[in-house]
Amino acid sequence: MNKIYKHVIADIIRNRIVLFYTLILLLASLSVFSLEDTSSKGLLSMLNIILMIVPLVCLIFSTIYMYNSTEFIELLLSQPLQRNAIWWSLFIGLMTSLGLAFFVGAGIVILIFEPSFLGLMLVICGLLLTFIFTAIALLAAVLTKDKAKGIGLSIILWLFYAIIFDGIVLFMLFQWADYPIEKFMIFISMLNPIDLARILILMQMDVSALMGYTGAIFKDFFGTTGGIAISFTTLILWVMIPFMCSLRYFKKKDL
Amino acid sequence: MIITEHISKRFGNQQVLRDIHITCRPGACIALIGPNGSGKTTLIKSILQMVIPDSGKVIFQGEDITGQWAYRAKIGFMPQMTRYPENMCIGEVISMMIDIRKDQKNLDEELIEQYHLKEIYHKRMGTLSGGMRQKVGACLAFLFQPDILILDEPTAGLDPLSSEILKQKILKEKARGKSTIISSHVLSELDEMITEVIYMQDGQVLFQKTLEDLKQETQEVKLSKMISKIIA
Amino acid sequence: MITHKTYLIVALLTTWFLPSAQASTWKVGKNERFTTLAHAIQHAQSGDSILVKKGVYHEHNLIVDKSLCIIGQGLPVLDGEGKYEVLSIKASQVTIQGFHIRNSGISSLKDLAGIKIYDAHHVQILNNLLTNSFFGIYVQYGKHCTIKNNRIIAYGIEEQQSGNGIHCWNSSFLQIQNNVIKGHRDGIYFEFVTHSIIKNNRSFRNLRYGLHFMFSNNDTYISNVFTNNGAGVAVMFSNHVNMFHNTFHQNWGDASYGILLKEISDGIIQGNHFTKNTTGIYLEGVSRVKMNRNTFSNNGWGLKIQASCQDMTIHHNNFLNNTFDVSTNGTLVLNNFNGNYWDKYDSYDLNRDQVGDIPFRPVSLFSVILEKNPTTLIMFRSFISALMDKTEKLIPSLTPEQLKDQFPLIKPVKL
Repeated sequence: MNKIYKHVIADIIRNRIVLFYTLILLLASLSVFSLEDTSSKGLLSMLNIILMIVPLVCLIFSTIYMYNSTEFIELLLSQPLQRNAIWWSLFIGLMTSLGLAFFVGAGIVILIFEPSFLGLMLVICGLLLTFIFTAIALLAAVLTKDKAKGIGLSIILWLFYAIIFDGIVLFMLFQWADYPIEKFMIFISMLNPIDLARILILMQMDVSALMGYTGAIFKDFFGTTGGIAISFTTLILWVMIPFMCSLRYFKKKDL
Repeated sequence: MIITEHISKRFGNQQVLRDIHITCRPGACIALIGPNGSGKTTLIKSILQMVIPDSGKVIFQGEDITGQWAYRAKIGFMPQMTRYPENMCIGEVISMMIDIRKDQKNLDEELIEQYHLKEIYHKRMGTLSGGMRQKVGACLAFLFQPDILILDEPTAGLDPLSSEILKQKILKEKARGKSTIISSHVLSELDEMITEVIYMQDGQVLFQKTLEDLKQETQEVKLSKMISKIIA
Repeated sequence: MITHKTYLIVALLTTWFLPSAQASTWKVGKNERFTTLAHAIQHAQSGDSILVKKGVYHEHNLIVDKSLCIIGQGLPVLDGEGKYEVLSIKASQVTIQGFHIRNSGISSLKDLAGIKIYDAHHVQILNNLLTNSFFGIYVQYGKHCTIKNNRIIAYGIEEQQSGNGIHCWNSSFLQIQNNVIKGHRDGIYFEFVTHSIIKNNRSFRNLRYGLHFMFSNNDTYISNVFTNNGAGVAVMFSNHVNMFHNTFHQNWGDASYGILLKEISDGIIQGNHFTKNTTGIYLEGVSRVKMNRNTFSNNGWGLKIQASCQDMTIHHNNFLNNTFDVSTNGTLVLNNFNGNYWDKYDSYDLNRDQVGDIPFRPVSLFSVILEKNPTTLIMFRSFISALMDKTEKLIPSLTPEQLKDQFPLIKPVKL
């Protein structure tokens, strides 16, 4: 009955922007890996793409897509479909197509040039960030009726998670330099999916540096199976919580 | 068939529907008319649960629709202006709708044929004109042989010929005993189809009367004349 | 057969003509004349050889006080039963070869060892296996001693309960070659040892240092491999120490370094590989040391050079994939960093002389911040930290302005 998501996927996959995004990712990742003499420099560039570009594209694209689909959603609502099913289908559709775009554009290239746990971690984090920021975009779109406001909100959210949050954390670190706040920092990092993904990748990328004192505390958490499990659970929660909020809101929303 | 009981709805500080109470009997063909912003579309959306009323309830075939969704299988809805996923072609949109209502077997493809839609099944929705999209909307509304048709400004954007085809189709369905609710500004084209009139203003129903009653009250033949007489 | 016969003839002739230098070979074993080695040593005279057959010998503390050549056949076991020093060598020109020496005593008062050389010269310790010793091979006041091809393995868990693999004190002209040392406190320990060579040894999984130098001058260590030691290698308070072609690998931990150099002067560090260490080299109070043709790869920090270092020349080294290439704790720079290859350098070379046209500053702002506030590590590689680094590269404010490579190489140094 609820097979709309495959139609949504079919629609988004043919979207020019998604195709363009895939192509750009592919070009970027190929050039990054083939131009640099060491693969680790390529990985660093990929890290920045995953932490900055992926969230931005997912947020903006998903928000715009949701606004452009308002009438389509209305049409679906006039059909014998549950609101739940419609929203889920849109979400799954967006996640699958953007995730596929990331995987084809960057994931495969990363796994070819860096077939290691680090490479796998990059790909998994990239996919999770795709899902997370799609969910956040859905929430931003459902909360604001006006398209311009919605896109504005998602850009602000991106700025917050990508830059402002880190600025605040850095400020806190300097302010409380004399206190043992390492454990608190682990908690703080859970509040920003971009930071969490970055730290998980860092644990694989800069393993030697992280063995120092402070590093060891982070390593003791993020380097252990339990810590990695908690981190990934948190990332999955970062997908589910914004989505569930948007779903709750959508169920009551007037169109 | 459809009864709305004391429906009220407020958007922000604007009261769009005030205590709406209408009835739509089986076989009735109701014209929902009123000036812009009188709440016609909101009322239709409330029936489809696209808008959730602040108070009151909608009874569909004897059942409260709150939280229900399956009842919409029995409604054929043609929205005012519809946008579809841009990258889908007409054929895909139609097959998607069929996919949604998989268990519905006997399809009414009469309009599809009359509009010669099959010849342009491969065209992408994004490239279609407003009128073409309206045609697709009309076809979809009739496709599943619904018990009740809700048409929001059906002829807006349609060329006269297509508009006539649609009118004939509505009449045909009416003859089969289907209920219809049509909201429209173009009163002239409603004359020959409708059995009842609901007139809305400022979110309220001014009256719901049968065409016969109106005729007797106003001694007019044309719907537009009747309305203007009664409003004045 | 012919050589055997010749040897016999020569031996007979020598015994015939030089009766005073007559050397005998004594055998020790279950069915031999002597069943204990102590007995054999007692009967032997300087210059004699003792062959020990396969078996397990509980000899308590064996003292070798004559110049004997004691050779084990089929790796006979000398067991210290966890109470005794197994072999005490108190005479010069002793050779110990082919024994499995195990379970030396552990004492907090005396430095009990598997084999201990007391005030002797030209002692050779060859091809032995030492397991579960407190100290493995201990040399005090030794000269011209050779320790070669031994495997020294302990299962130390605590530093206090564990001695050093090869411990040399107040000695000179030692040769330590091809040994494998594992699980001791320090793999090789040198204190007041001069003019010695440490070559081709493998020292790994020791609790503290793979190699520990104190007050030992004019020594050279070549082609050794130090892996997974608690704190890497420490060279302190010494001068004229040369280090060639060693490998320092995976020495991980806060106070763990490939090499810790403290109060060192006038040495050469050349052709070494530092890979995956928390810190490649930590330098404090080091002066006039030349560092060239070393490779630093995948370390947390390549070099941590404290402001107390001076007159260092660091050139033709490769810095690859380190999280931080160089960090320092001050702004004073009295060292020369010109002419290295830095993989983080991404500038241009218009005149194609293989030297970059603008200088490279290997100290990143983030490493300076990290030095002051280690918790900031959690922000590493974030956009904001990258932004700060880029700004700092353009306008140095916190990083030492003088610490720069004027002639950074465009291509890695071929080694």
